[in-house]
Amino acid sequence: MNLEKVIFGFFILLAATLNFGFFVGDIGDPAHHDIYELFAAIVVSLIATMLKFGDRTQIGAIHLATSLVADLQLIAAAMVWGYAAHIAADGLTSEMTARVVSLSGGALFANIVSVIILIAETIMQRR
Amino acid sequence: MKTPLTPPLARHHSIFFLIMRRLRAPLIMLITIISIAVLGLTLAPGVDPDGKVHYLSFFHAFYFISYTATTIGFGEIPYAFSDQQRLWVLFSIYMSVIGWAYTLGTVFAILADRNLQQAIAMQGFVGAVRRLGEPFYLVCGYGETGRLMCQALDRLGYRAVVVELDESKVGEIDLHSYAADVYAIAADASNPETLQYAGLTHPSCIGVIALTNDDNANLAISIAARLLAPRLPTLARAETRETADNMASFGTRHIINPFEKFGEALGLALHAPAAWQLLGWLTGLPGTTIERHRDPPRGSWVLCGHGRFGRLMVDAMDAESVPVTIIDRRPPDDIEHRWIQGDGTGAAALDAAGIRDAVGIVASTSSDVDNLSIAVTARQLNKDLFVVLRQNHYSNHALFDAFESDITVVPSQIIAHECLAILGTPLLSTFLDEIRRRDEEWCASLLEHMTQRLSWKVPDVWSERINLSRAPALYRRLMRGETITLDQLLRSHANRNEFLACEVLYLDRDDDDHLIIPPANTPVRPGDEILLAGKHSSRAGFGLNITNEHALNYILTGTDLPDGWIWEKLSRRPARIEKRHLP
Repeated sequence: MNLEKVIFGFFILLAATLNFGFFVGDIGDPAHHDIYELFAAIVVSLIATMLKFGDRTQIGAIHLATSLVADLQLIAAAMVWGYAAHIAADGLTSEMTARVVSLSGGALFANIVSVIILIAETIMQRR
Repeated sequence: MKTPLTPPLARHHSIFFLIMRRLRAPLIMLITIISIAVLGLTLAPGVDPDGKVHYLSFFHAFYFISYTATTIGFGEIPYAFSDQQRLWVLFSIYMSVIGWAYTLGTVFAILADRNLQQAIAMQGFVGAVRRLGEPFYLVCGYGETGRLMCQALDRLGYRAVVVELDESKVGEIDLHSYAADVYAIAADASNPETLQYAGLTHPSCIGVIALTNDDNANLAISIAARLLAPRLPTLARAETRETADNMASFGTRHIINPFEKFGEALGLALHAPAAWQLLGWLTGLPGTTIERHRDPPRGSWVLCGHGRFGRLMVDAMDAESVPVTIIDRRPPDDIEHRWIQGDGTGAAALDAAGIRDAVGIVASTSSDVDNLSIAVTARQLNKDLFVVLRQNHYSNHALFDAFESDITVVPSQIIAHECLAILGTPLLSTFLDEIRRRDEEWCASLLEHMTQRLSWKVPDVWSERINLSRAPALYRRLMRGETITLDQLLRSHANRNEFLACEVLYLDRDDDDHLIIPPANTPVRPGDEILLAGKHSSRAGFGLNITNEHALNYILTGTDLPDGWIWEKLSRRPARIEKRHLP
């Protein structure tokens, strides 16, 4: 067992689970989507990106790409939330919530791809 | 002395990922610290102006931490903080300062890293060479010879790319004022991969010059050049005969042994002084002035230091049947010559060798100080001596200039001259061979004529081929069947009654016919290759004459061609009567 691999797998999975946790629920209902969960998803996703830096293999490159996509989507979601909560006149309407959640849904897809690659990589090693 | 070779990075963007990889830990730490600070700030209770409990949103918390962590500081928003919030902010500030300090420290450590700097330098070099669009020479070894070569190439308008093992010498290149950038890398030139990165297989590379002080490295370079870029001319320096033979067996086109070259030159000087002077004048470094030497006298000679150079000098003198007495600490391998034991720096050994009756002395030890000491002592004993001095290091040139020797042999200069002659004008070596075959009188009269016309300053020697790409204007006229002589061509386009300050040395015809010093009324034919020697300004003038329609028309007819489309149209009618015919 390799501690580095444990940490790597932990962060990738945690990024996906947090993202999923934020995503599930009625898409337009602000009560179903906790903003603290979105914050945690962003932080874990950023850390996962950092962990993926520096791997020069093909799989490493795809890993990094999926993470960058997830970061982008999550940060976009956070910005929409910030706009809705502080700048928009109407506050966090269900329409705005739907936008935030759908953006995080995109990130969820990228995170799922990341997890699939992680599983495929593990299976390929045959050890 | 070997410095470890840094392998060039395989992919272009790997440096970025290399840096990111090293920055992984500090960046993760920074993200963690900031996220903890933001999270804590949203959880710490504050009060709004109405006295109600108010929590900072993520938006405000992130905004606040962003400017606090980077020590900008805008104050407490949206309301003045409660003591709980202030406690947390205090904690956040110190945490984030640690985070930033760690990150910045790592960044600077990475940037100061030697390996990374070398990797960046290598990539900059590879990129710069790849983008070179002009023809360039690949010079391996930036010692004394390499420096002379680069200076001469620069003056001739060629680019150079340098590979040199010693980093301090590479640093020197930046300090020299070259007209064009000389790209250089500190790497082992005997590594074929390095050569490829330095542009060996680049389409604009027009020649490889191997001048390192290591014969094996030169051999490796010439082998790599032969196999990887067979069409390129390769010039290699070889100091031992074995290396030279090995290079020749690999098909290296030009092998230069400086001592052998000088041995030949001295042989020629003893045999035909005028030819030797002419050769020196034609192959000198452009821009320098050749001093008129007195001719080496025939009679008995003394040679001090029977090393690699001394041996070749003795061979050259033997070939001219000049008697030599050798002064050396050890007996020479051959017993045909008179040998005196000693080192020549003292008067006793020189006296024993018969310096008072000798006509010349060759100081050819491998120590510059010894050579000077020998020469000074010998001159004191016999002030009419003809002195040939070997100068090993260019840096001692002030000492050698101060002592008025008749000939100072500087190996690095000999190699540079030879390289330039070969590279600049392939026709020149044919012409030089011809000079060596001609008799003394012919050479003397040619030298007299040339130096009167062009002074003792080393001329530009160049060749021009009369074809569509090199001389379009002249070629078109010749193809129309006009007869144009050399005399007509060598005129100034500013005033056609004035001649350009250059002379035609050699004319090479397509059909294996050639003319040495062709007479002025020789007609030029398409496909001819002409070797010219003249002042630098005349080179551009001649180039314009044969490429530019207007200049050519003026020097041939004395009239100016109509310039521009409208004038051409207006003056077209009478011109049309003249019927054009192809040969």
